[in-house]
Amino acid sequence: MKGDLVIAGRKFSSRLFVGTGKFGDHDVMVEAIKTSGTELVTVALRRMNLNDETPDDLIDKLIPLQDKILIVPNTSGARTAEEAVLLAELGRELLGTNWVKVEIHPNPRHLMPDPLETLKATETLVKKGFVPLPYVHADPVLCKRLEEVGSPVVMPLAAPIGTNLGMEMKTMLEIIISEGTVPVIVDAGIGAPSHAAEAMELGADAVLVNTAIATAGDPVQMAKAFKLAVEAGRLAYESGLPPTGKPKPTSPTDTFNLLDEVERIV
Amino acid sequence: MSFKDLFVEYDWEWAKQKIYSARSIDVERALAKAGYLTPEEFLPLLSPAAEEYLPQMIELSRELTYKRFGRTIHLYIPLYLSNKCNNVCTYCGFSFTNRNLKRITLTPDQIELEAKAIKRWGFDHVVIVTGEDARDINVEYLSTALRILRKYFSQVSVEVQPLKLEDYEVLRREGMHAVIVYQETYNQKSYAEYHLKGRKRNFFWRLETPERAAQAQVRKIGMGVLLGLEDWRTDAFFLALHLDYMRRHYWQTMYSVSFPRLRPAEGFVGPKVEVSNKALVQLITAFRLFDADLDLVLSTREPPKLRDLLMTIGITTMSAGSRTEPGAYAIHSNALKQFEIEDTRTPQQVAEAIKQAGYTPVWKDWEMELV
Repeated sequence: MKGDLVIAGRKFSSRLFVGTGKFGDHDVMVEAIKTSGTELVTVALRRMNLNDETPDDLIDKLIPLQDKILIVPNTSGARTAEEAVLLAELGRELLGTNWVKVEIHPNPRHLMPDPLETLKATETLVKKGFVPLPYVHADPVLCKRLEEVGSPVVMPLAAPIGTNLGMEMKTMLEIIISEGTVPVIVDAGIGAPSHAAEAMELGADAVLVNTAIATAGDPVQMAKAFKLAVEAGRLAYESGLPPTGKPKPTSPTDTFNLLDEVERIV
Repeated sequence: MSFKDLFVEYDWEWAKQKIYSARSIDVERALAKAGYLTPEEFLPLLSPAAEEYLPQMIELSRELTYKRFGRTIHLYIPLYLSNKCNNVCTYCGFSFTNRNLKRITLTPDQIELEAKAIKRWGFDHVVIVTGEDARDINVEYLSTALRILRKYFSQVSVEVQPLKLEDYEVLRREGMHAVIVYQETYNQKSYAEYHLKGRKRNFFWRLETPERAAQAQVRKIGMGVLLGLEDWRTDAFFLALHLDYMRRHYWQTMYSVSFPRLRPAEGFVGPKVEVSNKALVQLITAFRLFDADLDLVLSTREPPKLRDLLMTIGITTMSAGSRTEPGAYAIHSNALKQFEIEDTRTPQQVAEAIKQAGYTPVWKDWEMELV
């Protein structure tokens, strides 16, 4: 229950992962990343300049952070397992890492992850020696199937990506956390520090936040707010939350009678 | 990785101390999350501090059971095939030390006769039980028994010595529904003192049995501890730890938990630890709060009046009409029995009591042919 988060042998002291999309300014992004205390950021391969000689602003800004922070490419834009695997191999070439966030959304409007292709891609990537981090629906059975093909984590969504709706899938996430044998990282839909804290209080191992930081009035201050919220949520979970809900009315006499009767039987 | 790796990290005395020092607020925290608890969250429900919360635990357990199972009680009957056993276990009637008593292993014809007798009472679920005698009770013998019994019953479960993975696969293909194997106690030191001779001495071989059965894709696994061997609170915590490991790693398997209290048996002097009726209520309701989906089983070891009450607070499966000597139902063998039965009502009388309590007795709940 307690202790550091470990994924594929790598230890993380921070349980906040940060995405790099949607920032209005790359310097603000770097400041926000530093302030968040994160040790893992994701970056969309499709945003990098792959072939030409023009310097890549985004990646050039991220590379200097690499001592402390793991830069993980994501396969956003892929519509099939095959495309995702190809992108993962490209990412390994470019960034020198075998970690890859698997994002496969054939649906361009809501960016809903494709469960079947994601499972297929994860299985292939594990076999090829990658550390895949699959982004999926909050589907407890799918998460078990991902574990079974060797996925080191599962990354179920809290709400549709970019909606900032918070823990819409709470009931399902609770089941995933209670049944899991690998870390559960709640990804997508987290729109406020209170949502992140809620996920952590529930027992999630980490959260990934992007839109809520990138599009905040002050992304750097918001990154700090998320850092504190994730730490608070985790600490609360480890401390054992107090009971909630309305006090139950006192038991009816029939349970007391039953107990009496039980004790009299020899 | 197996449950053994997790188990050895835990210390019996540490767990016991934690249970006995749990406070009211710890119990209330567990009550607030009832239905699906981690072993650590579950622990306070086993504590002395939880005793004053028993009325609430009963209510919550009833509510969860009703929501998940409705008002139903599943019925089964044990079918003892053999009382031959090479183990020396100080509490068991089949213990090798009980010499000069009638030991038999039913022949295929005798199994058929017993099956017909049981079928007449309406049962559709039987649990095969034997002692541990590798010469008589091997996978071939059990396969033969399954082939015969499958003609009469749609659900046949097996409660015999721990087997190898391959053996479980063979039996599953023969139509075995569930494997039932109790650890007896999770206290390694006491385990060694109760199990003096024979293969049963191997604590870890037994501990890893549910995993082997699950790996062989057996549908359902029955687990439990023998109540009276050790501190029941601590044993129940380790059982929950084991179950939690199983439900996480073998998530497609169904699980049941039984609450067998030690009974008088040939050559047995009596339990070391007393487990009161009230303790049984605490255990049953605590396990329901631990896992709302768990099948909770109560056998005829308990007196009729108590069974009639316990079936309304969380129990979902009961045996009826049981005899613990092989050949008791049809061939009247008069052989050595495993232990004394307390509820001696006929299956029809038990079914009637279930109806009286406002529940439906369920005789058939499975069809092997369909899956």
